[in-house]
Amino acid sequence: MQEKTFEEWGMILPNEKRPLADRLTRDLQGVYTLWLRDVIRLWRDRIRLIGSIVQPLLFLFILGGGLSPRLGAMGVTHSGRPLGYQEFLFPGIVGMSVLFTASFAGVAIVWDREVGFLKEVLVAPLSRTAVVVGKILGGATNSVIQGTLILVLIPFFHLHPSLSRTMVAFLVMVMIGLTQTSVGILLGVRMTSSQGFMVLMNFIILPLFFLSGALFPLDRLPHWLSEASRVDPMTYGVDLLRHALTGVHFFSVWTDLLGMGIFLGLMSSLSIYLFTKAD
Amino acid sequence: MVDAENLVKVYSTRAGPRAAVDGISFKVGEGEFFSFLGPNGAGKSTTIGMMVALLAPTAGRIKIDNLDVVRFPHEVRQRIGIIFQDPSLDDRLTAWENLEFHGRLYGISKEVRKKRANFLMEVMGLADRRDDLVRTFSGGMKRRLEIVRGLVHAPRLLILDEPTLGLDPHSRRNVWEYIHTVRKKVQMTVFLTTHYLEEADGSDRVAIINQGQIVAMDTPDRLKKSLGPEVLNLHVSEKGQLKKFLLERYPSLTSSLREEEDGSLSFLFPGEGKSPWEFLKALPFAIREASVRRPNLDDVFIRYTGTGLKSTPNDSRGG
Repeated sequence: MQEKTFEEWGMILPNEKRPLADRLTRDLQGVYTLWLRDVIRLWRDRIRLIGSIVQPLLFLFILGGGLSPRLGAMGVTHSGRPLGYQEFLFPGIVGMSVLFTASFAGVAIVWDREVGFLKEVLVAPLSRTAVVVGKILGGATNSVIQGTLILVLIPFFHLHPSLSRTMVAFLVMVMIGLTQTSVGILLGVRMTSSQGFMVLMNFIILPLFFLSGALFPLDRLPHWLSEASRVDPMTYGVDLLRHALTGVHFFSVWTDLLGMGIFLGLMSSLSIYLFTKAD
Repeated sequence: MVDAENLVKVYSTRAGPRAAVDGISFKVGEGEFFSFLGPNGAGKSTTIGMMVALLAPTAGRIKIDNLDVVRFPHEVRQRIGIIFQDPSLDDRLTAWENLEFHGRLYGISKEVRKKRANFLMEVMGLADRRDDLVRTFSGGMKRRLEIVRGLVHAPRLLILDEPTLGLDPHSRRNVWEYIHTVRKKVQMTVFLTTHYLEEADGSDRVAIINQGQIVAMDTPDRLKKSLGPEVLNLHVSEKGQLKKFLLERYPSLTSSLREEEDGSLSFLFPGEGKSPWEFLKALPFAIREASVRRPNLDDVFIRYTGTGLKSTPNDSRGG
């Protein structure tokens, strides 16, 4: 091997004092780095990315296809044409696909702890808040990609939302993704086994999904069911997705945005808080 | 470089509070190779946790490079490279991606981190595995990659927490060769924790830590010399009686008398004006074999802690 001094190779002399960049710059770079890692890993696993759209497709074509001949109009679109069950279901399944992926993205933090990688992140010179924000963004990116893979099937369902409405749908996916990754992280903070996390998560996401109105309209529900669906963060997301894509809605746009905003703020600050406090 | 004063860390357990680190003070000089030697659970990893601001000290204070760790955690971390006891690489990324990740987190510019990573990979013999996924690496290679990673941000203090734990003897030697090579090329302070005596033997100074306290601290040579000149090693058939006899006759031997793995007894030669030969002749036992040797760190350790350092294969955690 060629002998070169360490100075030539860019090693810094031991007694050189380096000033640190200001805290915000470092944290932002840290957030980007953590996000980038998740994206690289996602890209490496792209086969699985394709594989995981199978489940939503089953819902759309088998459940939706099987039920639609039996069910009447699920509401009226603004163009005046009645909306079939499959079209009604479509936004709900887009939401579901984001919900499931984002929720399980939180397991990454448990994995990182299991394989020891979390320590490498925790001793780095950046704040814990930056670590959580990086993880949330990474998980949300993953889930929005999943949702988009379903969303591009929209021509099969005779839905033709305008560009601005599609953008709203996209924004909703981002918000669901951020909220649910936060939920995943706040549950994962103290968990040391990824299997335990999976079990717990299954327990949580199915009620969120069923209560959200992804499968059935929210009007004319029994009282208790309708109350329960109002405290489900997914309800507002699915409603706004459906509003944007089909024109059918239960709440106003502002109620939906407010509902999603409140849950997002709550879940993300809670996950940051818990992660900062954890040992 | 490191300056710890009366450092205490108390954990609350179900059985009440327990001091993992119980008032330790030590200083490590610039460029020094300093070792913490102690059995598992002695408080080594807890001390490191406080050095890198992962754990807050219950009492006392610790400074690194004259910076208080509690007040300036990020500045301190920027100055430290750490190799953890357990693996901490992302094995789904390539070696290079792991290094890039680290360099970015520590705010090292693209050009500099590329240069350093290439250099260090070459020094550690990993240059040809740059773009391979880490999960295809052997245990020894992963360790070496972790050392490269710990150095990418050019730390002033390198912390090695049981760096060869879980490696086979060949990889252990190999990893140490690389550590020495890199130390020759990049001068820096090294803080090592280990429960392998031969690893601590190579350091400038050793602190022996037991049950959260430093029981002895000096150069390995002086620690050995402090025990006196010789250790006697005897093979006898009536081991029990000899033990009893020696302890009654020389009470000071309680702290050094022990049974070796081969069944012989060894202890610090008490002296008292006699030569080892005269001492042996005066013993009322039939001695099959006797030898005299210089004290090693094992003897030092037993002298100060009353127990050996023998570790069992399944106690790889804690410390």
